[in-house]
Amino acid sequence: MEMQEVLFYAIMAFTIFSAVIVAFANKLIHSAFALLFTFVGFAGLYIYLSADFLAVTQIIIYVGGILVLILFGVLMTQDIYDVKAIAAHNPLLLSLGGGAFTAIIIAVLISKKPWFTLLNKEFAPTTATIGKLILYEYLLPFEIASILLLGALIGAVYLARAEDKDK
Amino acid sequence: MEPILKLFTDLLPGLSQLPYWLLATLAALIAALVLFGFIAVFALFAIWLERKISAHMQDRLGPMEVGGWHGWAQTIADTLKLLMKEDIIPEKADRILFKLAPMIVFSVSIASFVVLPWSRDFIPADLNVGLLYILSISSLAVIGILMGGWASNNKWSLYGAMRSVAQIVSYEIPISLSLITVILITGTLSMQGIVQSQQGNFLSWNIFHYFPFMFVAFVIYFIASLAEVNRTPFDLPEAESELVAGFHTEYSGMRFAFFFLAEYANMFIVSAIAATAFLGGWLPPFSFLDFIPGPFWFFGKALFLVFVQMWLRWTLPRLRVDQLMYTSWKVLTPFSFVLILIVSFWQLLTL
Repeated sequence: MEMQEVLFYAIMAFTIFSAVIVAFANKLIHSAFALLFTFVGFAGLYIYLSADFLAVTQIIIYVGGILVLILFGVLMTQDIYDVKAIAAHNPLLLSLGGGAFTAIIIAVLISKKPWFTLLNKEFAPTTATIGKLILYEYLLPFEIASILLLGALIGAVYLARAEDKDK
Repeated sequence: MEPILKLFTDLLPGLSQLPYWLLATLAALIAALVLFGFIAVFALFAIWLERKISAHMQDRLGPMEVGGWHGWAQTIADTLKLLMKEDIIPEKADRILFKLAPMIVFSVSIASFVVLPWSRDFIPADLNVGLLYILSISSLAVIGILMGGWASNNKWSLYGAMRSVAQIVSYEIPISLSLITVILITGTLSMQGIVQSQQGNFLSWNIFHYFPFMFVAFVIYFIASLAEVNRTPFDLPEAESELVAGFHTEYSGMRFAFFFLAEYANMFIVSAIAATAFLGGWLPPFSFLDFIPGPFWFFGKALFLVFVQMWLRWTLPRLRVDQLMYTSWKVLTPFSFVLILIVSFWQLLTL
């Protein structure tokens, strides 16, 4: 086996294992912290798709932003540690049925198109290409997205300050 | 990876007969061990230096006994003490997270060393997204700190961790924005590329580019990096007088030592980034000094900035929490936005 393949399967195992912990951990805080390893594993998989810029942004946004938000949310919830959260709430039959259907859909999709060809792709830097595409061809969607985010930012600040005004 | 592999095969030609995967694994292992040794030795030296500097600034002697000359062996003795200390985990602590936190914080510090350019040929990995990589890696440390603070099950730890996270997340913004000006000038994210675009004598370093605007960017980066590594005047997360020791209150022995090592390694890393982005990295200040190898200049510049960090620590008092947030959001962030505007406008004019 090639070195890269061994590494790929190691990263896969790492990601899936941490994702399993996220789903089945009894303590919510453990799930939240296990998300860290899932996100890092995902970044590793992006590198295998020769998407170096995406891998780095994945860590900046998901670990530096979203995970910190989730952790603060979990930490500030009352009695998060002492109460046991039960991972499985659904009746067994329903969840098995849903799982079987999803498995069939995925199996059909896999059988229609081979999707392992990407592994052999050459590693090429993507940052410059992404920058040019964003600022030339897809400038309008990019600007619209940034205005949307700016609106969300201002809205969040307004909501956070609203309590002070009433007093 | 390739530059390191080349270095290895140049030193020991016999190595090139090994299969690639074995060679790569070996080289990576040895490089990691060398880095660990470097961090440990640097931390020993930096802690001694910090004690001496603080002592001289406060008009006292500092460590003088151990080892003879100016107490140079004091930190070695302290390390031996830390190594032999009992490893205490509080009964109510979350054991898994408690053990995991120092590992994450320290491995993040080691991982940042991957993209630091020491000389023309010696850089562990010249990533195409080097600068972004370092910024992204530093956001992992936040999670480690939060993990340690939470798992200790101690109110001081939790307060320290919360403050630390709020501070690091806020100050990441001026850091990234001031580095964007550098990226605007050099047009590359690769650390080696950033250094190479500053060829010439010291006037062509980025800090003197578009004078005085890049100098202001450097000052913004430096102030924000102080906050990023929790140093005075931004050491609220570890404020001894109110929080005992912040997020590592409950840690003892080797686990505490790892937090400490990571802290000193981070001091070096932020200084090394500043040296690379603004002070020309491994380039000498005058081109006739070319005969002195790059690592000397790189290490010298970074060490000088570490010294300035210590100097500030023993000169300035600690900020209040509201002053901390004010500095980040109302001073540093708007100023760096203005700098980005000016630098990009100037670049357009001189295109």
